[in-house]
Amino acid sequence: MTLGEPDLEALARGCAVFGGGGGGDPTLGYVMAREAIRRNGPVPVVDLDELPDDGLILPVAMVGAPTVIEEKIPNGSEGERIQAVYERHFGRPVVAFAVAELGGVEGMLPVAWAAHARLPLADCDLMGRAFPEIHMCTPNLHGLPIGPVVVTDERGNIATFTSIDAAWAERLVRPTCTAMGSCASLAIYPMTAARARGAVVRGSLTRAVQVGRLLEAGDPVAVLEAEVGAVRLIEGKVADVERWTTQGFARGSAVIEGFGDDAGRLLRLEFQNENLVALLDGEVVASVPDVITVLDHGGGAVVSERLRYGQRVTVISFPCHPAWRTATGLGLVGPRAWGYDLDYVPVERIHAARA
Amino acid sequence: MPRALDLRLGIDVGGTNTDAVVLDRQDRVLAASKVSTTPDVTSGIASAIAQAVGQGSVPAHRITHVMLGTTHATNAILEQRDLQRVAVVRIGGPATHAIPPLATWPDHLRRTVSAGEVIVPGGLEFDGRELAPFDPDELARFLEALEPPIDAVAVTGVFAPVSDRHERQAEEVVRRVLGEVAVSLSAEIGSVGLLERENATVLNAALTRVARRFAEALERSLAASGIDAVTYFTQNDGTLMALDYVLSHPVLTIGSGPANSMRGAAHLTGLDDAVVADIGGTSTDVGALSHGFPRQSAIPVEVCGVRTNFRMPDILSIPLGGGTRIHLAPDGLRLGPDSVGYRLPREALTFGGNTPTLTDAAVFTGRADLGVHPNGTWPREVPWERALTRADEMLAEAVDRVKVSRRPVPLVMVGGGSIIAPNRIPGVSEIVRPPHFEVANAIGAAIAHVSGQVERVYHLGSWSREVALAEVCQMAADEAVRAGADPESVQVVDVEELTIAYLTGPALRIRARAAGALGSL
Repeated sequence: MTLGEPDLEALARGCAVFGGGGGGDPTLGYVMAREAIRRNGPVPVVDLDELPDDGLILPVAMVGAPTVIEEKIPNGSEGERIQAVYERHFGRPVVAFAVAELGGVEGMLPVAWAAHARLPLADCDLMGRAFPEIHMCTPNLHGLPIGPVVVTDERGNIATFTSIDAAWAERLVRPTCTAMGSCASLAIYPMTAARARGAVVRGSLTRAVQVGRLLEAGDPVAVLEAEVGAVRLIEGKVADVERWTTQGFARGSAVIEGFGDDAGRLLRLEFQNENLVALLDGEVVASVPDVITVLDHGGGAVVSERLRYGQRVTVISFPCHPAWRTATGLGLVGPRAWGYDLDYVPVERIHAARA
Repeated sequence: MPRALDLRLGIDVGGTNTDAVVLDRQDRVLAASKVSTTPDVTSGIASAIAQAVGQGSVPAHRITHVMLGTTHATNAILEQRDLQRVAVVRIGGPATHAIPPLATWPDHLRRTVSAGEVIVPGGLEFDGRELAPFDPDELARFLEALEPPIDAVAVTGVFAPVSDRHERQAEEVVRRVLGEVAVSLSAEIGSVGLLERENATVLNAALTRVARRFAEALERSLAASGIDAVTYFTQNDGTLMALDYVLSHPVLTIGSGPANSMRGAAHLTGLDDAVVADIGGTSTDVGALSHGFPRQSAIPVEVCGVRTNFRMPDILSIPLGGGTRIHLAPDGLRLGPDSVGYRLPREALTFGGNTPTLTDAAVFTGRADLGVHPNGTWPREVPWERALTRADEMLAEAVDRVKVSRRPVPLVMVGGGSIIAPNRIPGVSEIVRPPHFEVANAIGAAIAHVSGQVERVYHLGSWSREVALAEVCQMAADEAVRAGADPESVQVVDVEELTIAYLTGPALRIRARAAGALGSL
């Protein structure tokens, strides 16, 4: 597959669905990717099997406050600068960039960097969805080192971290990001194609584009049932939204009042950027790490910061990547990791029991 | 010479009609008129004034203040008429190069407006530190290389809402190199969100000549009508700007129409918190009043294909009006979205025409009483009751979407098409139809207050929240006085706080709005 300007809208749409309420408003990432492709041409998306075993892959992302990114837009050359550091460090060329987080801005930005660097994108990501912290990546479950993590800003400052584990990398990167003006670009889990094959979520980009394309035309719920095994949780109207901030994270909850077949039902959705738990009439019907996405009536996914009273929405949930359903996966990103005293049950199993 | 307040003339130029009202000091309506909007706008204004002032009890010489809401700026952008060529300056290098200025504009508009674009080093971080030192020499070189004549310059600095110091320095360079040109600074135009604020600033710069010409034409029509008055324009938040302020901030007049009708509705009913539905011939605008002012949109608003983030009322428009056509499709009933519009008095059945409209449905079912009543000759196959029920459902859904909470609120109906609306809507505590509902927008212009709004980002490491809040409120009040408000009556009407996620150490974005009655000068 090659990502050209006409494919970007589909990718943005798809990323918003996989983002599960997080990943930020994709518009900015979309415009960045479009500008880069207009200047440098389309970006090839290659399967990991097509890349040489020892070829170096760089998963890239931005960290920081969405509000800051909307004002202090990147330079565009951050990816190439990061690439140069790794090539010096490992003494061999980088063969592809990759998406670290499949959602909103984060899914689109690597397209821009790949176009600038004239490198392909590997058809994979490290989450299969969006999560708020950089250690919440599948390679972490396979014992792959997160570092060295290279962080850079638009000025050309570069910081390289070699941490003892992934959680420490997160702890070290945050203050650097703050010093750089509360947004920064980075690469994590640099790895060879051979190592990546068993440790990442494969086929993410082609899947996101495919889903995005189908959503442009078809009934969104039917499309997502067929493509990602989605389960419809409720169709209704946002009746209440509450927000608060803890430790720098935007948390909140929304109540969706059912209508039509769902009249009389209430769904409570809790989120920390990403949607974490959905309770239907008090019972858990989906929880992290499964993806919970709110769709508006145009079939587009609504990021949690844009939820507001009166919106007509359909809430769906679909299975996360199997790696997250293992004991170590759930230890890292299961309900208890977010402070919920509940056992994870896969969304399709909850659904089957209710039917 | 400014005079003590006596009579006020409110004018609203809409897409279809130009309305005028004359109010006395007790806000009583002395005269009202409604004429068709003309392509040149000003001749329509002149005839609306002539009709209103010609109504006996209103001597032109007693009119001391004129308040005008107009679609002139929107039309100028839509038709790309009279727009100035703008030198587009962004201060933000080495950041922001990933998306150059005007990248999201429609090509034709960009070609018409842009005289050249540059990103020079500079700008700030969210906490006020320098992102990079501002480079005056690079800006001077860009300006010198532009092909003259350059009439306007738009300057947008990264995080200018935190501090406009780099934008001010850039303005000095522009004055030194280009002399007297119109300079628009983004800190005065919009809030956080670089691309949207930059877009609004460039549009503003492009509109400065349109604004000046329009103001001159208005002054001439007023003089010709024997009116010697102070002139104000309404802006998109339903408040007034003095004439000299409009000349430098013309973009803020865009979207003033819905804001005027909502303010008019608030005034006519005395309600401060309500939903307002302005039902016209073709569409219905639904918005919420909060503390007597239109609630503003939290998401970017597009103006003629350009994303902006300046203050716009949060309006939901649905294709529903008195002229909406009722279609009998093979698969059942369909409402609109087309409308007979201004041809309603000729084409609707009730006026002797052949086209079934929602006005006809209202007449048939006895909800409205006008035109000719059905006498058995109306098409039997039109399901009048069902059409009206469908229309009621569309309106009810729009009202519900606009409400801020589940609590029932009053609904104010204004606009000529509101005769088609029901007297009960779910989730609405009462439906209010005030007198003069058909010219609510011109009344909204006439009674408008003067306001000021400021948005700033504070890093709470060095500021306490209380100090930051007080500072923003004071800045908003000062801004209102600068725009013409009586300092005695200025009050802060709205404060919004937003904690910025993902920052270590709390940061707060504060937006405050102050408004006050018109100053006597």
